[in-house]
Amino acid sequence: MIDTVELLFFLEVLIGGLLAGVMYSLVALGFVLIYKASRVFNFAQGAMVFFAVLSFVGFMELGLPFWAAFLVTVALMILVGMTTERLVLRQLVNQSDQTLLMATIGLAFVFEGMGQLIWGVEVRRLDLGIPDVPLEWVLDSTGMFISALDISAGVVAAVMVTVLAILFSKTKIGLGLRAVADGHAAAMSIGIPLKSIWMIVWATAGVVALVAGMMWGARNGVQFALVWLALKAWPVLIIGGFTSVPGVIVAGLMVGAIEKVAEVYIGPAFGGGIEGWAPYMMAVVFLMFRPEGLFGERMIRRV
Amino acid sequence: MTETREALRGFGRGVRVAAAAAFAAGAALLAAAPGADAAEQYFPIPSSRVGPFSAMGTGYYGGIIDYLTYVNMTGGVNGVQLVWAECETEYNAARTAECYQRLMVGPNGQRMVVFDTLGTPGAYAVINRMAEDQVVLAQYGYGRTDAADGTVWPWVFNAASHYWDQIAMKLAFMAEQEGGVENMRGKKVVHLHIDSAFGREPLPAMRAIAEEWGLNLVEIAIPSPGLEQQSQWLQIRRERPDWVTFYCAGSGMCSTGMTAAARVNFPRDRMIYVTFGGAEEDMVPAGDAGVGTYVVANAVPGRDFPLVQEIERVVYGAGRGNLSNPERVGTVYWNRGVGAAVAWIEALRNAQEMFDKVGQPVTGAEFRDGYEALDMNAARLEELGVAEMIAPYRMTCAEHGGARKFRMMQWDGTQFQVVSDWMGPNDPDMISEMIRESAARFAEENGITPRECPPDPA
Repeated sequence: MIDTVELLFFLEVLIGGLLAGVMYSLVALGFVLIYKASRVFNFAQGAMVFFAVLSFVGFMELGLPFWAAFLVTVALMILVGMTTERLVLRQLVNQSDQTLLMATIGLAFVFEGMGQLIWGVEVRRLDLGIPDVPLEWVLDSTGMFISALDISAGVVAAVMVTVLAILFSKTKIGLGLRAVADGHAAAMSIGIPLKSIWMIVWATAGVVALVAGMMWGARNGVQFALVWLALKAWPVLIIGGFTSVPGVIVAGLMVGAIEKVAEVYIGPAFGGGIEGWAPYMMAVVFLMFRPEGLFGERMIRRV
Repeated sequence: MTETREALRGFGRGVRVAAAAAFAAGAALLAAAPGADAAEQYFPIPSSRVGPFSAMGTGYYGGIIDYLTYVNMTGGVNGVQLVWAECETEYNAARTAECYQRLMVGPNGQRMVVFDTLGTPGAYAVINRMAEDQVVLAQYGYGRTDAADGTVWPWVFNAASHYWDQIAMKLAFMAEQEGGVENMRGKKVVHLHIDSAFGREPLPAMRAIAEEWGLNLVEIAIPSPGLEQQSQWLQIRRERPDWVTFYCAGSGMCSTGMTAAARVNFPRDRMIYVTFGGAEEDMVPAGDAGVGTYVVANAVPGRDFPLVQEIERVVYGAGRGNLSNPERVGTVYWNRGVGAAVAWIEALRNAQEMFDKVGQPVTGAEFRDGYEALDMNAARLEELGVAEMIAPYRMTCAEHGGARKFRMMQWDGTQFQVVSDWMGPNDPDMISEMIRESAARFAEENGITPRECPPDPA
């Protein structure tokens, strides 16, 4: 007979993992957007998350109310996206993917440095008004600890994915974006405005970074360590596929659930602390059997 | 065409002349630069101002630099002015080793006499170089614990105690709260720690005490950077411990510990944070979730200490403070940095007097002897204006463990409240014996002959 307490605990670990996974997906979404548009793995996405939310709390410290600070930061991230396109990407049209990748590594340093230079290195608290404590009614009825912030993150992720899915499948921008992803030169030759597409995508990735940063910042404080969230997003991308928005959500859920279950049930055998590398092991397995990820596009190249 | 060539030749000549002039000027500058004989003493600052450990680095090294500036502005050390150079480590062991090399010789051509890595991984990265390079490794409350044995580690000091004494003090505090050591039998303590040399450092002492007291010790590791601690805290909830000791690093991991504890309703007044994870910058991001958390201090925060007020008046009053936000004067890391720098300068003063070099710079070997002669008794701490901010301590040839005492503080949501007097391990001799055994083992494995130390007259 299964021990009810153990079963409930397992469920709690699983649900907690799934909700943590949603938080990873939020970060991974930004990567997917940029990869879809330019076949670039944007190394600067973690730094953008940090820069965006740091600016947001910075504006609030300057006296702006919540919504004003949010809108100003959205405007700032759009500006940052446009500037990135103008100063970095435009110079690198038709260059190899590796060149663009290297450029994003440089960009990461720029965002990290600029953020700290403008707003200082102090750790800030961010209060979204959503408490990161167990929901009473869930606790009372099931004895499980499920945080209100996690549930909110799930809702936010669902909304964002829906909006992005519509953007990609139902609008001209989405169509153009998919064309650009297939080849810069080909897309430009049929009149797709590559530069505007890039500008829109980088700006959107900036806004996604802000939302992800706000959810994480509310839980962990706004601080440099947010840059490392990218480490959690990478296995999600490999598993979900670099080009699929629903893919990162499913993969995020998988990564979150598996890493938590692994840490709690297998971790002690390894001295604990395995959740750092467990998702990467999973990613390696995927690379061996399904390199394009769960929902990624299978690449066929003529040679 | 000829004109162009001529112009280029002329330009080349110009460059050569300019280079020669620059070289001559540089040589003259070097000659004029204060050498080893000038009345200057050089100190290296391997700071960590950017990245995830910036709060710690800016506060601690800010405190050190502010004290050095204060000493300079008030006449130096018997007239000797202090100079320093910075190198950014980002709290990374490999970069600390690189900075160690870069900072070896200062801008005035002097060799460094002391090195303070502000981090256990960094300390482990350079610790074996000290004797050869004749540099003191001043581990101010961190680092390799068995280096407190001066017979095996003559060049390494722990003026603000070490992690074995610290964990033993925490267990002593728990015992006090539980009504005595006898009540600790069967109690469960979780040691939650970052999966690194720093996180594991207190474990030998903790395991030994747990065995002696009949404690149930559970060790749970968190992989860096530790922004996600859900599985660890669910394990903690399942274990239902009486206490949690937390060795976290960086405010990301440290503040998350409190919010994650709140998520599973674990009482914060049953958690005790380590010195290098328990500062205002670590507590603030957790908001209300941090209220009640215990933190151990080897340098008490606050602005009421006379030296802190003097630094504010003299250094910050003249606009020469190192902190970009002067509000951070008197915080945990800043005060700790001041405590570390006070030890440097006292050692320098000792060395000048011991080697008849008053008003002159000293060498690494002389500085080491000066550091070993530190006698920071209550009267001296009072004179220096840091009484009650740091615990009195005294170094000897064999004993490099410093004060061996800490104070317990509790976070009230906006600042720390000191809740205990200076406390040490319940059984300091037991820790000393463990240190001796560990150091002797290291000496044997590495072919080191421990030096003979005269019996301590005190």
